[in-house]
Amino acid sequence: MSAPKTLYDKIWNEHLVTNNDDGTSIIYIDRHLVHEVTSPQAFEGLKITNRSVRKPNFTLATADHNIPTTNRDAGISDPESKLQVDTLEENCKEHGITFLSMSDKRQGIVHIIGPEQGFTQPGMTIVCGDSHTSTHGAFGALAWGIGTSEVEHVLATQTLVQTKAKNMQINIKGELPIGVTAKDIVLKIIQTIGTAGGTGYVIEYTGEAIESLTMEGRMTVCNMSIEAGARAGLISPDEKTIEYLEGKPFSPSENEYKFASDYWLSLASDHGAAYDKVIDIDASDIIPQVTWGTSPEDVVSIDGLVPNPEDERDDSKKKSMIRALEYMGLSPNTPLKEVKIDRVFIGSCTNGRIEDLRAASEIARNRKVADHVNAIIVPGSGLVKEQAEREGLDKIFIESGFEWREPGCSMCLAMNADKLKPQERCASTSNRNFEGRQGRGGRTHLMSPAMAAAAAINGRLSDCREI
Amino acid sequence: MEKFKKITSNAIPLPMVNVDTDMIIPKQFLKTIKRTGLGKNLFYELRYNENDVPIDSFVLNQDKYKESKILITGKNFGCGSSREHAPWSILDYGIKCIIASSFADIFYNNCFKNGILPIKLDETEVSKLQKAAENSLSFTIDLENQKISYVEDNKNHEINFDLDKAKKTSLLEGLDDIGLTLAKVNHISGFENRQESKTPWLYSQKIK
Repeated sequence: MSAPKTLYDKIWNEHLVTNNDDGTSIIYIDRHLVHEVTSPQAFEGLKITNRSVRKPNFTLATADHNIPTTNRDAGISDPESKLQVDTLEENCKEHGITFLSMSDKRQGIVHIIGPEQGFTQPGMTIVCGDSHTSTHGAFGALAWGIGTSEVEHVLATQTLVQTKAKNMQINIKGELPIGVTAKDIVLKIIQTIGTAGGTGYVIEYTGEAIESLTMEGRMTVCNMSIEAGARAGLISPDEKTIEYLEGKPFSPSENEYKFASDYWLSLASDHGAAYDKVIDIDASDIIPQVTWGTSPEDVVSIDGLVPNPEDERDDSKKKSMIRALEYMGLSPNTPLKEVKIDRVFIGSCTNGRIEDLRAASEIARNRKVADHVNAIIVPGSGLVKEQAEREGLDKIFIESGFEWREPGCSMCLAMNADKLKPQERCASTSNRNFEGRQGRGGRTHLMSPAMAAAAAINGRLSDCREI
Repeated sequence: MEKFKKITSNAIPLPMVNVDTDMIIPKQFLKTIKRTGLGKNLFYELRYNENDVPIDSFVLNQDKYKESKILITGKNFGCGSSREHAPWSILDYGIKCIIASSFADIFYNNCFKNGILPIKLDETEVSKLQKAAENSLSFTIDLENQKISYVEDNKNHEINFDLDKAKKTSLLEGLDDIGLTLAKVNHISGFENRQESKTPWLYSQKIK
């Protein structure tokens, strides 16, 4: 019998085209997602070198970063954004790549639509010129973000040159307390291992708390692997994975489905497989989390205080804490629950799925957004939006005073018109609280959808369990 | 890609940790469809105020560092977004080598695709170099021999650095990665045939 293998080992072996003499390997890429921001220079490169796209039908494109979330009929008013989106559409036409345009109801954030269309499947290698490609790892697909040069490499060769990463297991033991979500798990993980903790690793998430998550929740956890430094996060496929994908547009046909799903289940990490590093976290220790600073590792529990740099011994860390507090306009030792907010953003590839909107709507139902708060809901895709409207969630949000928007990346990175003004403070379900991320001078607190909705209602950071 | 040649220059000291790619090149500059012209916006929000006026205290605005080809910075440099606009803006500014105690994976990889050499050193070595950089000393980066050298107080200092062999060759020879892979196209076709017979649904997938 061969030695027990991890999911990562198995996917790597299944995609090894050949080993190069210099110690690198050529790895086959099953699926490639493309968006408007990181692809134009790659297509230009193909043109200059007179190369073609090797597998147009293994490639799926959409526009998400740059597009407006209001008044879609008027098109894109920013000429630069429009040029970028038009360029993608032309490139797709020229190379025979399926492009889901802004007017297609299947359009949305790449990492939402891949799974939604069944384009994402267990055991696949999936790449995209976007660091949150790690999201697809929730299905047991090895998925990671790449730069534009590698986008060009994949378009031309359907492969990438790689060296194998180390493998880390993060085991979330036991049961999650009520009111604690996938977002709280992943924020806790980043706080525990730090933003560089996963550098050089592929992380596999295991344990009862992970197994009990829905596919949506698993995507939220894998999505933020990159915030812990890991290019890819993985969860072994199980019955939930198979159930989720059945009947999706790109999923294997009915007569192949049993065969495919048996294969998928066989990829799960073997009992006793060895990891280079193992981290254990008790689910029962996790309570709703929020960030206080400008790095996703700056995490505290909602019942905690803004930390005091004076308590930090490491000098460079202390300096960056002082800088972060100044940027965030916060004083040490302030209870988080006293921090007043101006804006709320619910959406993004981290938390823009139907389950996220349902959780937020539970809090919003029969309550009003605080008078001084502007709150927007941006569904992750046209299909998420449609589903939410079928369930009447849009009405709940609108009656509460939230704005109901069109799908896209929106204020997660603020490339379109949705952005914070200087010093505005936002409760956000996105993934990055970097300086300027949501708009120059804007102050971001990351949290779960229920927590963001609770902040909208109370007008300050709040514990969703107390609403 | 241009071949990486020996560099001699002073170095920009930027002693910040976790510098993310949003900080290196903010999103408003990602709307371009070109690789070039991003250097003027490198570190935009640290470098200019709200009215586009240079902030004198920021290191890139100091005359002595305007021609520098080397950046010395803190750990986990280049974290966050995968945007290759980050190395493009660094290269367009004229920086060819970045020294830090650690780099984020995607950024590190992107550097090599653009002829930029990222060097990882111990934190103590990096802080020594930071001090030398603050005094505007001249450094020589010799990739061939994997050596950084500089003169301080009339004394020669030499620091060796490690680098993956494949990455070193790629920089020194300015290799076309895609061309190299396409030379092995038979392996790729062979793989596709094997994969199609094992997992046929991957090849029959069509949007409905």
